[in-house]
Amino acid sequence: MKQRWLRFPLIGSIVALLALLTSPLILTPYGLSLMTQVLIFGLFAMSLDLLVGYTGLVSFNHASFFGIGAYTAGILVTQGYENFWFTLLAGVTVSLILAFLLGTLVLRSSGPYFLMITLAFGQMVFALAWRWRSVTGGDDGLSGIPRPELGLPISMWDSQNFYYLVLAFFILSSFILWRIIRSKLGRSIIGVRESESRMQALGYNTWAIKYLAYTIAGGFAGLAGVFFVYFNGFISPQQLDWSMSGLVILMVIVGGAGTFVGPVIGAGAIFVLQNLISAQTERWSMSMGIIFILCVMYLRDGVVGYTIKLSKKGLRNYESFRNKKRE
Amino acid sequence: MKALEIKNVSKTFGGLAVLQDVSLAIEAGERRAIIGPNGAGKTTLFNVISGVTPLNSGEISLFGKKSEHLPSFRRARLGLARTFQQNNLFFNLTLLENIHLALLPHKSPFTPKEFLEDCGWWEKRDVLVKELSYGEQRQVELLLALAQSPRLLLLDEPTAGMSSVETHKITSMIRNLSREITVLIIEHDMEVVFDLADYITVLNYGKVLFEGTQEEVRSDKRVKEVYLGTAD
Amino acid sequence: MDFSSLIIQILNGISYGLLLFLLASGLSLIFGLMGIVNLAHGSYYMLGAYLGFVIIQETGNFLFGLLGAGAALALLGVVMERFFFRKLYKRELDQVLLTFGFAYLFLDLAKWIWGGVPRILPKPSFLEGSVSILGEAFPIYRFAMIVIGLGIALLLWAFLEKTRTGIIIRAGVDDKEMVSGLGINIQLYFSGIFALGAFLAALGGVISGPIVGAYPGLDFEILVLALAVVVVGGLGTLKGAFLGSLLIGFAETFGKAFFPDFAMFTIYVTMALVLIFKPSGLLGKEESR
Repeated sequence: MKQRWLRFPLIGSIVALLALLTSPLILTPYGLSLMTQVLIFGLFAMSLDLLVGYTGLVSFNHASFFGIGAYTAGILVTQGYENFWFTLLAGVTVSLILAFLLGTLVLRSSGPYFLMITLAFGQMVFALAWRWRSVTGGDDGLSGIPRPELGLPISMWDSQNFYYLVLAFFILSSFILWRIIRSKLGRSIIGVRESESRMQALGYNTWAIKYLAYTIAGGFAGLAGVFFVYFNGFISPQQLDWSMSGLVILMVIVGGAGTFVGPVIGAGAIFVLQNLISAQTERWSMSMGIIFILCVMYLRDGVVGYTIKLSKKGLRNYESFRNKKRE
Repeated sequence: MKALEIKNVSKTFGGLAVLQDVSLAIEAGERRAIIGPNGAGKTTLFNVISGVTPLNSGEISLFGKKSEHLPSFRRARLGLARTFQQNNLFFNLTLLENIHLALLPHKSPFTPKEFLEDCGWWEKRDVLVKELSYGEQRQVELLLALAQSPRLLLLDEPTAGMSSVETHKITSMIRNLSREITVLIIEHDMEVVFDLADYITVLNYGKVLFEGTQEEVRSDKRVKEVYLGTAD
Repeated sequence: MDFSSLIIQILNGISYGLLLFLLASGLSLIFGLMGIVNLAHGSYYMLGAYLGFVIIQETGNFLFGLLGAGAALALLGVVMERFFFRKLYKRELDQVLLTFGFAYLFLDLAKWIWGGVPRILPKPSFLEGSVSILGEAFPIYRFAMIVIGLGIALLLWAFLEKTRTGIIIRAGVDDKEMVSGLGINIQLYFSGIFALGAFLAALGGVISGPIVGAYPGLDFEILVLALAVVVVGGLGTLKGAFLGSLLIGFAETFGKAFFPDFAMFTIYVTMALVLIFKPSGLLGKEESR
């Protein structure tokens, strides 16, 4: 039964890959821009899912890492450091450093305390971005950030080229995250989510496991942030406050926590909804709140999670039906 | 070398002295039962030994190593394994995944497949643990502990809530364990205690009331007083 | 800093701390009884301030504003508990996520109705002006804040310690299964605590209205401080909320006085220090590892 089960994700991945590779040829410029954002936020959401879905840590300040990656790249670029590879490395490194530091503080707590502390520190990072005008531009933010300079004769001002750049990193990051989840570390992470006390009784250093997950998640969020600032050309403190952290939590939940592809699907769903709703009304934020509430109450496993549940049920019914027929 | 040595261990929970000046010494390979009425502090003793609950005062040595300041996972790495009074399993994972996690840190010579086949549980490997019966889950608790290749095994009421058939199964499993494993068992079922234990420690109100062989315990007046009726 | 300024700052710290207490006590009690961290609590504060503003504008009466806003938010609290949280009984994390969703809703609602311009509430006329303390001017209103704050704290303490309802609530915080086992309708108390918490939050919003005003963004600014209070003081204890509030109140006030540009970091540093040494707060219940 397991072998048959594995066929779907494999076929699905190939189809998805083909779709992603051919999108620029099919979509309008607007659609392509949307797709690019979905990939960036999809990566952002996947990094959060490592914490939420796989480790069981609901972090309310994941936008801090996203934002710091974005600001680092943005600041370096506006200061004249144009080399993309340098700003990319710098952005990810600074996010990792923040994760290393915050991790030592926030992981001392669990449950509700963890939640509150991450929220509070998230607002601290926001306040820092807001106050430190000389470096971050304060609430005006940083603007006029150009497309990345790869040092190759390909212009990233062409949205198709930029899309493929983002896609390349998205695929690479997804691959790395997939390998991590399937590794011993990944199994340990899931074990911690299921029962931390059991894991400790079995001899696992659960704090170290959580810390690793936290820093990895922070690093990938920072990576997404770097691409965001290049895409947007602009970064402001809004990109690292609680509403942004909440947005990415929503993407994870709508798509399905712990399902690996859920967060990307969630990102896609949210962007589509945002476009549809914003065309009708200014009250997107309110709508988002309502979607959040409805989703938590009625679609807690997310689109992908729910689909998996239904198909498992369907498969079981099918099996028992077949067994009955044999009798 | 003693497998476990506890000296003058005390633990208070907000004014209530749950363990008072408890001292114990257990030889390697020994089968020791800890008995006593409810509330005597037996599970707290296990929690203190395994590191889940910090003690207020006293010393603990595991295989000669001072352990009272070690976090629980380090004590597990010294060879300590335990089962919990309330099933503490990975309920949403399959049996195979549960065993896999138990074997992982110990660079065990067994693969999960070999381990499960060895104990006759291979058939149920893909069943989610939450879908196993209570008695089966209780057995899995024991399997997880054994998968750790322990030197010291702490069993907290392993037969609680089980039918006599299941109790018999578990008791045989424990009896057949190699003497390279030291076993400390909390039990209420006196038949199990007398079947397995070399030596018995009786706990009452957080203090050691009496220690001795089966005959000694059976004939001690104080123990009889405390335990109104010994058979289940 | 000379002595008179020090006194002024101490008084400011106390008044601010008591304001925070109004918010943090509700947050702490709701968590203690129901296990939910209400992330919409700051929204209650903000909405309370806005509603107070509207009522005072219409009626010219500060007390009406105070009580009206309190009552409205209490009602909102009951509605939220009854129709939303009750459906997610025992799913505490999901309940927290729910409060988060509501926070978005309330913020946008406030922006929609009142726009982005901050509204300053008028002080009651008899509380205008200031007195001279050791040569420095100190607003009478702030004195009133201290008096009212202490009064409410005392009432809350008396309620929890001396009344039957209060004792049931405290028992529920300790062990809610036990309390329902005694045949007490614990759901009713959930609604009640939510209503009380929302009421107190709204009071806080209206009381701080003349000084801080009502504006979008107030919700999370004040929520973070309340969270800092419960992190420092510990969740579920009123004493902890009181101690934490005063501590954070002082940290914020003195921080602003000494490091005006980076005042908020005194709070975060305080939080970080407490976390390093006592992860469940200064007076919080010890969690077994």
